[in-house]
Amino acid sequence: MAPTLDLVVNGTRHTIAADPPRTLLTVLRDELDLTGTKYGCGEGQCGACTVMIDGVAARSCQTGAAAVAGRRITTIEGLQHNGRLHPLQEAFLEAGAMQCGYCTPGMIVSGAALLAKNSNPSEEEIVSALQGNLCRCGTYPRILAAIRLAASKMKRSAA
Amino acid sequence: MSYEPERYELMAAPAYDFSFGRRGFFKTLGGGIVVVSFLAKSQAQESGGGRARFGRSLPQQIAAWLHIDAQGAVTVYTGKVEVGQNARTSLTQAAAEELGAPAGAIELVMGDTARTPFDMGTFGSMTTPQMVPQIRRAAAAAREILGPGAWETLDFANADKKLASGVTTSGHPKPTSEWKVLGTSVSKVHGREIVTGSHRYTSDIKLPGMLYGRVLRPERFDAKLVAAETSAAQAMPGVTVVRDGDFTGVAAPTPHQAQLALAAIQARWTAPETQWSSKTLFSELKRTAEAGRERGAGSIEKGLAEAERKHQATYTIAYIAHAPLEPRAAVAEWNGDRLTVWTGTQRPFGVQSELAQAFHLPESNIRVMVPDTGAAYGGKHTGEAAIEAARLAKAAGKPVKIVWTREEEFTWAYFRPAGVIEVRSGVSNGRIVAWEFHNYNAGASGLNTMYDIPNKREEFHPTQYPLRQGSYRGLAATANHFARESHMDELAALSQSEPLEFRLRNLKDERFRAVLQAAADRFGWGKRKAGAGVGYGIAGGFEKGSYVATCAEVHCESGQAPRIVRVVEAFECGAILNPDMLKNQVEGAVVQGLGGALFEAVEFENGRILDARFSKYRVPRFRDLPKIEVVLLNRRDLAPAGAGETPIMTLAPAAANAIYSATGERIRSMPLSRRAADGSTVSGAAAV
Ligand code: FES
Ligand code: FES
Repeated sequence: MAPTLDLVVNGTRHTIAADPPRTLLTVLRDELDLTGTKYGCGEGQCGACTVMIDGVAARSCQTGAAAVAGRRITTIEGLQHNGRLHPLQEAFLEAGAMQCGYCTPGMIVSGAALLAKNSNPSEEEIVSALQGNLCRCGTYPRILAAIRLAASKMKRSAA
Repeated sequence: MSYEPERYELMAAPAYDFSFGRRGFFKTLGGGIVVVSFLAKSQAQESGGGRARFGRSLPQQIAAWLHIDAQGAVTVYTGKVEVGQNARTSLTQAAAEELGAPAGAIELVMGDTARTPFDMGTFGSMTTPQMVPQIRRAAAAAREILGPGAWETLDFANADKKLASGVTTSGHPKPTSEWKVLGTSVSKVHGREIVTGSHRYTSDIKLPGMLYGRVLRPERFDAKLVAAETSAAQAMPGVTVVRDGDFTGVAAPTPHQAQLALAAIQARWTAPETQWSSKTLFSELKRTAEAGRERGAGSIEKGLAEAERKHQATYTIAYIAHAPLEPRAAVAEWNGDRLTVWTGTQRPFGVQSELAQAFHLPESNIRVMVPDTGAAYGGKHTGEAAIEAARLAKAAGKPVKIVWTREEEFTWAYFRPAGVIEVRSGVSNGRIVAWEFHNYNAGASGLNTMYDIPNKREEFHPTQYPLRQGSYRGLAATANHFARESHMDELAALSQSEPLEFRLRNLKDERFRAVLQAAADRFGWGKRKAGAGVGYGIAGGFEKGSYVATCAEVHCESGQAPRIVRVVEAFECGAILNPDMLKNQVEGAVVQGLGGALFEAVEFENGRILDARFSKYRVPRFRDLPKIEVVLLNRRDLAPAGAGETPIMTLAPAAANAIYSATGERIRSMPLSRRAADGSTVSGAAAV
C-alpha cells in the first residue's frame, strides 16, 4: 500500500498520499480545496500562503506537508467558531482593511497568530510580525488599524 | 468627458496565433494523434483582425442592464470587473440609490461576455464617470416604470414584463442633494467572503477532471525555439504536451506532474544578441526617438529669449512591474468548438477577441468570465494565460488551469514604460514665461501643464523600446508629473520663491489651487524649517478629471536611502460616491506609489529580467509605511470622476522636492534611491 500522511487541518484529519513530497500549500489548495490560503510567490516572500502550525504563523509554500503531519494546522477557513468570525476578521471588515482581498487571508492569519501570543502588540511588534506579508493594493495602514481594533475587542471581551 | 486612450493601452496583438483553425487541423504531440478541427471554414474566416470596437454604442434596453425577479431580487449587469478598486460596491450603491432598493437585494454580474453588455475594459478611471451614470440611468428608468413604492409594497409581480420594453434613456437619476446611499460609506460587497477565505478568485477554481498547465518559456526575450525533445514528457502518464507555433506547454493531473513534465522537455533556443539593458536604456530611448507631434502656445523661442533666468533639466523614469499579488491565471474548458474561459483580466471582451483570433473562431463561440481578481493596476489588459489554458485544454480534451508563477508574472507580463523627459524653461519676475517639455516613451497622458504659461511646447516622442510595455496605474501622468513638478521646484529655487507660493502665482485653475492649499494646510506647510537631513516637498497635478496634491516629509541620513516619513495627500474628484472607499484608494495609491518613487526598477540585460522575484524586486512593505493623512474635497456640484489612478502621481515629485529641501541635492530619476544607475547619465541639469 502506498504510504500516507495524516494532516490535521482546522480540526479535521485528512489522509493524503505521502509521495511525491509536496508543499503544504499545494496540498491545502489543490487536494483539500482549502483555497483561502493563496499563492503569491512560492519563495516565502509575500505571506499570501500563511497558515498556523500549532498556533504559530508559517509560510505553507515553504513547508513540506510531511513535516507537519499530525501537527495542528489552522487555515483562514478555520478561524471562525460556529459561524462566528474571529475578532480580527470582524476588525478587518470594520476597518475596511482590504481592496482586492487577495492578501487578506494571509494578513489575518499572521495577525491572529500575533494576537494569540501577544494580546496587546505595539506598532513595532505588529510591523515586525507582518513585515513578510505583502499587500500590493497598499492597505497596510488599515491592516494596522484592524489589528489594533481586534486587540482592543479581545481585551474587552476577556474583561 | 473626453478621454484620450493612453498610448500603450489596448494595442497588443494576442500572444499566440495557433496553426490549427487556420490550417483546418492541429496536431497534438501528446499521444501522437492528429485531431481534425471541429471548426467550419466559413466561421474561421469571420474572425481575425484587431476588433477593438471603440465606437460600440451601449444598449438602451433596461433589460440589458438589470433584471428584477418576482421576489424583488435585482441582478445588475456590467462589463466592468472588480480588481480591488471597489467597482462592485460603488455600482451596487448606484443601483440601490436609483431603485430605492436595499443594497443587499442587488447582485452584480460583472465581466461576463455572455451576460453583460460589451465593455472596452476596466481602465482609464472610466467606471465612475461612465458606468456609474449608466447604471443610475437604467435603475432610475426601472424605478419610474415600476412606480415609487415597489420596495415598500414588495410587489414585483411581472416586474420583468414591465421592464421588458423600457429604455434607459427615459431614466432621471436623482440629484446629488437627494442621495441617501451614494455618497455614504457602504461597506465592501463580499467583504465577509474575503475575510473568511471563501471568496473565489480565478486561481481558486477547480473543475471536475481539470488538469494543471505549464508553459515552456523562452530562455530570453525574442528567443526562437530551435528544437524541443518532448518524448520523455509525453511518456509520463496523464500528460499532454502541445507544441504549436511559438507555444509549447504541458498539462497534467497535478501541479507536481505538470512541473515534472515541463522540466523533462529539453529545448534549444536561439536568440538575437541585444544591446539594450537597464544600464544603457535611457540613451537608447533618446537615440531611437521619433519626432513628436507638436502641441503648444505662443512662441517658445521668443519666451526663452526674453526670460530673465533659464533652466534645463532631464528626468528619467525606470521600467517597473505591476506585480499584482494574484498572478495571471485562467481556467479554460471546451465543449465541441465552444470555449469557456475564466480569467483575471481588465478586458473580458478584449480577451474574448484575442481568443477568437488565436483560435480562428468567431467571438460568439467564446465566453469569457472574470471572477473578482487579485488586482491588476493596469497590468492585466491581455489574455496570455487564457490563451495558454485554452490551447492546452483543446489538446487534452479536459479543462485546464494555468496560474503563472511569480517569476513568469515578473518576466512575461508587461511593464510600465520607462522614459526620458527633457524640460527647458524660462522665468521672469517669478512667472514662468517659457516651457518646453519633451517626453520620450513614457507616454502622452498628463503631458500638458496646468500652469498658466504664455509660451510652451509639449511633445511626446515614440521611441523603440526593449521590453514589452503597457498600461499601469496612471503610467504616463506619473512620469510627466514627476518631471513637471520637480522642475517647478527647480524654477521656484531659481527665482528665489517659496515652492507653494511659486505654484499658486503661476496657476489659475481653482480646483488645482484648492487641492494644493488643502494639502498644505493639513501638512502645516511652511511651519517647520527644513535642514539637517529633514526636508519637506510639495507637488500637485490633474489627470482624468481629478486633482491631487501631496506634501511629503523625508528623512535623509547619509549613506542611507531616503525615507518618506509623513504624507498628506489632498484629492478632489467631484462628488464623492463612497468616502471610506475613496480614502482607501488614495491611501493605497500613496503606498503603492512609494515603490515607484523610491526603489522599484526592473533591471534587465541581454533579453533577461534580472530581478524577477520579490526577494530581488523590492516593493513597499509595512516598514516602509509613512504616516499618511488623506484630505478629501467633496465637490457635490460636480460629476464624480474616477480615483484609481490620479492619487499615485504626485508622491514621487513631492519626495524629490523634499530630498532637495533636506540636502540640497536634486535627484532627477525615478526611483529616487537608485540615482543615476544609468551609465549614460542623462540625468543632471545645467543652467543655460
Ligand atoms: S506564496 Fe508563500 S510566501 Fe509567497
Ligand atoms: S488587498 Fe490587494 S493585495 Fe492586499
